[in-house]
Amino acid sequence: MIIFENVTKNYNTNVGLDNVSIKINKGDFVFLVGPSGAGKSTFIKLILKEIDADSGSIQVDGKEITRLSNREIPKLRRSTGIVFQDFRLLPKKTVFENVAFAMEIIHQSPRQIRRQVPQVLSLVGISNKASKYPSELSAGEQQRVAIARAIVNSPTVLIADEPTGNLDPDTAWEIMRLLEQINMRGTTIVMVTHAKDIVDRMGKRVIAIEKGRIVRDDVGHYGYQENNSKHMGMYSYEKGGPLNHV
Amino acid sequence: MFNSLRYYVKQAFVQVFRNRAMSLASMFSITAMLLILGIFFVVMVNIGVAIEEAKADFDSVSAYLADETTYEQAEVIILQLSGMEEVADVYYLDKDTAMEQWKAQEWQDNAYLLDGLVENPLPNSIEVKVRALEDADRVAEVLGTFDGISKVKYYQETVDKLVQITDSLNMGLLVIMAFLVIVSVVVVSNTVKLTVFARQREIEIMKYVGATNWFIRGPFLTEGIIIGLIAAGVSAGITALIYSRAIAALSLDLSLILGNPMVPVGFMTFNLIWIFIALGVSIGACGSIISMRRFLDT
Repeated sequence: MIIFENVTKNYNTNVGLDNVSIKINKGDFVFLVGPSGAGKSTFIKLILKEIDADSGSIQVDGKEITRLSNREIPKLRRSTGIVFQDFRLLPKKTVFENVAFAMEIIHQSPRQIRRQVPQVLSLVGISNKASKYPSELSAGEQQRVAIARAIVNSPTVLIADEPTGNLDPDTAWEIMRLLEQINMRGTTIVMVTHAKDIVDRMGKRVIAIEKGRIVRDDVGHYGYQENNSKHMGMYSYEKGGPLNHV
Repeated sequence: MFNSLRYYVKQAFVQVFRNRAMSLASMFSITAMLLILGIFFVVMVNIGVAIEEAKADFDSVSAYLADETTYEQAEVIILQLSGMEEVADVYYLDKDTAMEQWKAQEWQDNAYLLDGLVENPLPNSIEVKVRALEDADRVAEVLGTFDGISKVKYYQETVDKLVQITDSLNMGLLVIMAFLVIVSVVVVSNTVKLTVFARQREIEIMKYVGATNWFIRGPFLTEGIIIGLIAAGVSAGITALIYSRAIAALSLDLSLILGNPMVPVGFMTFNLIWIFIALGVSIGACGSIISMRRFLDT
C-alpha cells in the first residue's frame, strides 16, 4: 500500500527524514506520532509528492511515485484523500458545494454529484447541514465536511493531519469513530496526531518519528516518553539508533 | 470535457461577479487600451484610405514627344510599353486634344484666355497609366530610353512621399499596437493575480484533491476571456460613438482637405469589433495564464 524504502529528505541543513523504511498495508490504521519538526509533515508531503525525496523509493498503491512526472501528480492525489487540522473548507461554498467540488475536479457529471454527495454527507452524519456554509457549523461538523470531501472520490488512502487538533475531547472521539468506520470500509488511514489519549485508546499501530528517524513502530501506545522500554523500538530509541520495521 | 467546460464558465461568471471591483478594474484597463488603439486605428484607416485615393490621382506618367516625332514612331513606343507588366493603359494624346482637356480641367470658365494663343504650346504625348503607384519610377525610366521623347513627366516627389507616408504610418500603428498590447497584458495579469491571491487557498485545496493544473487554470482563463470580451464590446461601442460624432462634426471640413469622404461608421465598427474581440480575448487569456504561473509550479 504505502512503502518507504531508505527514504532520505533533507532541507538545506535540516534533516526531514533520514533513511526511513516503512511499510503500511492496505486497510491499515496507522498513527504517526512524534514531536514537532520530527519529520511527520515531511512523511505526508512525500506521500502526496508535494516534495521530492533526495533518495530512496516510495510506493503508493503499488506505484513508484518518486519517478512520477508533474502531470501524473493529480492522479496520485485522487487516490489519496487528505484531512487537515484546520479543515480547509471553502468559506464561500456550502457544505454540499464543498464536497461536490472534489467531484467536479475529476470531471464527474452533475447527476453523479447529486447522487453521491448526499450519500457521503449521510455517512459522515451531516446530511441535514448540506445547504449551510462552513461558518455556520461547529468545528466538529466542519471536520466531518472535510472528511466527506476527502472520501467522496473513494480514495484508497486517507491521510489525516491532526484531524482532532482543533476539537474538544468529545467531538474528537466522534471524529475518531468516523475515521474508524471509514477504515472498516477498507480505506487505509494514516493519522498524524499529538493526542496521546486517542492513540492509547484506539490500540492501533503507532509509528513514532523523531529527528527524521523512526524510533518506534508497534501496536498500542503513544507514550514513547513513558516507561515503555519493553518495546524494542523504545529501546533502540533510547540508544539513539533507528529500528526500521519493513 | 463538457462537464469541465460548464464548470469553467459557471465558475468564471461567479468569480467575475464576486470580484466585481477587480473585474471592473481589469475591464477598464483593457477598455482603455482598446479605445486608444481604436482611435488610432480609425484615424489610420481614414488617412490610409485618403492616401490610396490620392495615389489614384498620381498613377499616370506623361511622355512629351519631340516636335519631329511622328505618330508612327509614337505607336512603336506605345506597342512596346503595352507589353510591360507595370503598365495598365497607354495611349497617344495629340496636342489639340491635350489643349481641349487642359482648357476644360484647369482653366474652365477662363478658357477663353487661351484662345488668343497663335500656336498650341502643348506637345503631343504618350500617356501611361501604371498599375501601382510604386511602378511609376520604373515606367518613367523605360520611357526615358526611347528616342523621340523630349521629356518624361510624373509626380515623382509626391509619389515617393505618399509611399513613404503609408509605410511609416503602418509601421507606427504596429509599434503602438505592440506597446499597448504588452501594457494591457501586464495590467490584466496584475489584476487577475489579485483574484488568484484571493483564491490561493482554494487553489491549494484543488491541488490536494487532485485537480490538474489546466483544470485549476480553466475558470481563471475563462474569467480573463469574459473580461476581455466585455471590454471589447464596450470599447467598440464607445469608438463607434466617438467616430460617428467625429464624422458629423468633421466630415465636411475633412473631405475638403483629404479630397474624399470619411470611412462609414458601420463599416469601420464591423471591422473594429473583430479586432477588438481578438485582442481583448487574447489579452485577458494571456493575463490570466501569466498571473497563475507562480501559483501552479508543483
